[in-house]
Amino acid sequence: MDSTKLKQEIQERRAQMQSAPKEGVAGQHNMEELRKLQPRYRGLEAGHRACQGCGEALAARLVTEAAGPDVILTNATGCLEVFTTPWPQSAWRLPWIHSLFENSAAVASGVEAALKAQGRSTKVIAQGGDGGTFDIGFQALSGMLERQHNILYVCYDNEAYMNTGIQRSGSTPHAAMTTTSPPGKERMGKRHMKKDLLSIIAAHHIPYAASASVAYPADIRRKVRRAVSIEGPTFLLIHSPCPLGWGIESDISIEVARLAVQTGLFPIIELERGELTGVMPIRNPRPVTDYLKLQNRFKHLFTDDPRARKEREHVQALADHNIEIYQLRGEGVDALDTDGADTVRRGGVVD
Amino acid sequence: MLHALEGSQAIAQAVALCRPAVVAAYPITPQTHIVENISKLVADGKLKCEFVSVESEFSAASVVLGSAATGARSYTASSSQGILLMAEVLFDIAGMRLPMVLTCANRAISAPINIWNDHQDAMTVRDSGWIQLYCADNQEAIDTTIQAFRISERTELPVMVCVDGFVLTHTLEVVDMPNAEQVDSYLPPFTFKNKLDPKHPLSLGTLVGPEYYTEARYSLHRALEKALPEIESADADWAKICGRASGGLLTVDGPESASVGVLAMGSVVSTLTEANEILPGKKRVRLMKLRAFRPFPAEALRQACAGLKELIVLERAFSPGCGGILGTEVRAALAGMAKPPAVRNFAVGLGGRDIPLGTLSKLLDAAKAQGNEGFSILDVEPERLPPEDR
Repeated sequence: MDSTKLKQEIQERRAQMQSAPKEGVAGQHNMEELRKLQPRYRGLEAGHRACQGCGEALAARLVTEAAGPDVILTNATGCLEVFTTPWPQSAWRLPWIHSLFENSAAVASGVEAALKAQGRSTKVIAQGGDGGTFDIGFQALSGMLERQHNILYVCYDNEAYMNTGIQRSGSTPHAAMTTTSPPGKERMGKRHMKKDLLSIIAAHHIPYAASASVAYPADIRRKVRRAVSIEGPTFLLIHSPCPLGWGIESDISIEVARLAVQTGLFPIIELERGELTGVMPIRNPRPVTDYLKLQNRFKHLFTDDPRARKEREHVQALADHNIEIYQLRGEGVDALDTDGADTVRRGGVVD
Repeated sequence: MLHALEGSQAIAQAVALCRPAVVAAYPITPQTHIVENISKLVADGKLKCEFVSVESEFSAASVVLGSAATGARSYTASSSQGILLMAEVLFDIAGMRLPMVLTCANRAISAPINIWNDHQDAMTVRDSGWIQLYCADNQEAIDTTIQAFRISERTELPVMVCVDGFVLTHTLEVVDMPNAEQVDSYLPPFTFKNKLDPKHPLSLGTLVGPEYYTEARYSLHRALEKALPEIESADADWAKICGRASGGLLTVDGPESASVGVLAMGSVVSTLTEANEILPGKKRVRLMKLRAFRPFPAEALRQACAGLKELIVLERAFSPGCGGILGTEVRAALAGMAKPPAVRNFAVGLGGRDIPLGTLSKLLDAAKAQGNEGFSILDVEPERLPPEDR
């Protein structure tokens, strides 16, 4: 589709949206339908400066594609901000604002309050990495959820402070090596667990919270569409490999991301008002070593050191625990399980 | 119409007259009454705005950053530790050239913790790029708040209106509250050309490298310099409507023949004015009220100091290990004069220590003893110091 035609189509749809009733069930239904009808809208354009195989860049593209053009984005400081907006260039086709590291959720709250005051129906999406979400921006996020702002918060989780050169965050998994959790005589990588952020989010009893992975684009799109159709705070945690930070080749990021899900280490779940309402079933759970051995950040777990075996067992136990508490083990073949959900289907998503 | 109002109540009503679309705040003494009064106006339906009760000052400033960037007239208020917690956001707001108004109920900074009035909070963020206007009484607080929105929206710079905590915020004064017609005729609805809008997508707050950073910062500096005439005209135009000026950049009071000047900011000016009137005629000083601290009106200050032999700068904060902040800046500004007055510099009334009428006489005596490059704390009590510091 050439750009003139696309612009024309967007203008027509926007006119339709504006003429649609703004309140009541009919209006919401109309917006939802219109969002589905939107063509593949590229909110994040090509030509930005992300590394090859960057999970975050892919995830951000998928999120903005699914959300459509009637969106305002906020962004925490981090790779996503740096690689998309080296002045005087910007890769964003959407209105986008970056302020600081720890305030993406609070800036989004202000954007949403202004839109409300102006009677505008534009959706607000706040973005942050795991540092800006699990750690330094956590308070602002909690406040945003508690105040029930109409915002989708998306966390691109690559499990460390990658922008500053791979330091451990609250999201870094147990035993992973980073520059501030190096293995050595006294240590086997990160001593602490990955913070269970989704449970904390769930404790805010928001209408919708979910995890997703860049290995499953259709699942991301479906969840984004669902989240933006909800009036109120929603949250999406997207597992996004960082080839540099994880020590993997850039052409296997998707494979590694898929293994995180298939092992049970990164469970794909959905929560409504704090209750678990959906999981992506694992067809054939894989041993965690299949996932760990591909990554340099876990290479100290594959030495002769007796602690290495113990840590591998520990990580396996964590995966088994996830499978158990979220009941991730599938029953036979399912089109939407971990082996089926990434299949490309012509004709859109399965709802 | 005249009303007897507490300062905070008066400021809240003045803010409401300016029709902000978004207000975000977090409580801190002595700012609390301002946001309490605004909350009540919202609850009673007298002010139609989105009031966001946030979980910290950091988020309060971040919320108004986001709302201003979305084209909504925005307001927040804080004090002391709250201003310091906001500091990172305050720099960002100014750097992004987002118009908004913040009331700073001036208070001391920890440690030791102290909830009473001085100017250390606002002084600490003087390099943030915000316009800072200081009020001498509650009438000025009302008028300056209204003017602040106009200055901010015309210059695309944020404005901090500084009012002394307790001394102004918690004091009942008879004030003239303007009516809605007056304010509406003065302050047009807010339109912001760089707002976030899907129809015209802009990227705000982008990464700027060494090739453009200097120019971006220089433009901020120029914007503040260019705000000087805006501050003057905002005051003059408001005076045409309500018949009352708040003092533009700075005002001069007292006999023209005086060879000694005293310069100060905030409510202490009201005290000094009264003290000056009861001094014997010969001893009366040229009293200068500095209203605009940022941008710093160096030229206006030099003109005001013409013919003075001595200028005493009295301030409500200082920089440990250096001395007076305002005093240092005044010395730098006056260095360009052909015959600059000798500048004496004192801090007074830290952490809410009372500043009685007798302060002016005490100050004039103390100035005689101070050398030209000196700085002292006027009301320090040696017997309360540890022996080694006496």
